[in-house]
Amino acid sequence: MASQKSSDARLQLGTEVAPPTENGELVFEAPWEARIFAMAHHLCDAGLYSWDDFRDALIAEIAQWDAAHPAGEGYVYYERFQAALEALLVNRGLFAAGALEAETAKLAARPHGHDHP
Amino acid sequence: MSHDHDHDHETPSGPALRAEALEALLLEKGLLDPAEVDTVIANYGERVGPLNGARVVARAWTDEAYRQRLLADGTAAAAELGIVGGPGGQMERLVVVENGPAVHNVVVCTLCSCYPWALLGLPPRWYKDPAYRSRVVREPRAVLREFGLEVPAEKALKVWDSSAEVRYLVLPERPEGTQGFSEEQLMALVPREAMIGVALVSEPQGEAA
Repeated sequence: MASQKSSDARLQLGTEVAPPTENGELVFEAPWEARIFAMAHHLCDAGLYSWDDFRDALIAEIAQWDAAHPAGEGYVYYERFQAALEALLVNRGLFAAGALEAETAKLAARPHGHDHP
Repeated sequence: MSHDHDHDHETPSGPALRAEALEALLLEKGLLDPAEVDTVIANYGERVGPLNGARVVARAWTDEAYRQRLLADGTAAAAELGIVGGPGGQMERLVVVENGPAVHNVVVCTLCSCYPWALLGLPPRWYKDPAYRSRVVREPRAVLREFGLEVPAEKALKVWDSSAEVRYLVLPERPEGTQGFSEEQLMALVPREAMIGVALVSEPQGEAA
């Protein structure tokens, strides 16, 4: 097994040349990334929006981020992905804009959740 | 199969917590079935990979008629091998661009992360990064050099931007020393990076045939 490459450098190009594999290279860097990806796909499959709609939302989120961070530092793709999904769901009226913040706060207040920045 | 493993990794921080909250909200509204989410993760995280792309490339190298069909209509030629798009129609219009002595091709999505999932799995991290998205268009030779790929100045370098409705696959050059190789042997030589265009297919190591 090859060890996982660290991903601290912003432009760490060419360090991972992966031979074709059937069973799982690391495509998500954290479990939440996989879940947010899967949620977006599942809701698309379920007909809540088309993938083009989602892509448009994603392009808008990425463009906004790129404009605000010309040096590209600190980019986390799945944070943009999540922001796009949230925007789309709020636009579709599936939940109110503040509902997610409320739910997040509720989860953060769980007894064992010692959240840190 | 249990899926209530949300809490026992680490303390969820910012984005992880927000993702969890989103999932909880969607569950509450009956919009989400956690088992379905697990299925999607399994499909994309494990089962779909660059192997399909390598299969297409190996077939094109060994079957001239297939190669021509592939270059004429990538979507149809991939479908011949049973490779069809998933959600999002990432295979609706597949264009295969062929490397050769006079031209090298490289693929990007400048606006987001469009990529032929059905052929290559999910894109690697660098493909989605702002640095690659912006730089490969402006200074492709320099970016490829950072990947360890020097494209000679006399060779044309074409950058294909996936952000329209089109997905691109690079058909790399077949390396020397692979005469008589079976499709399976050839497939094993083709890395994902070669099908994006940031690497070449290396000659096989040692005696294989």
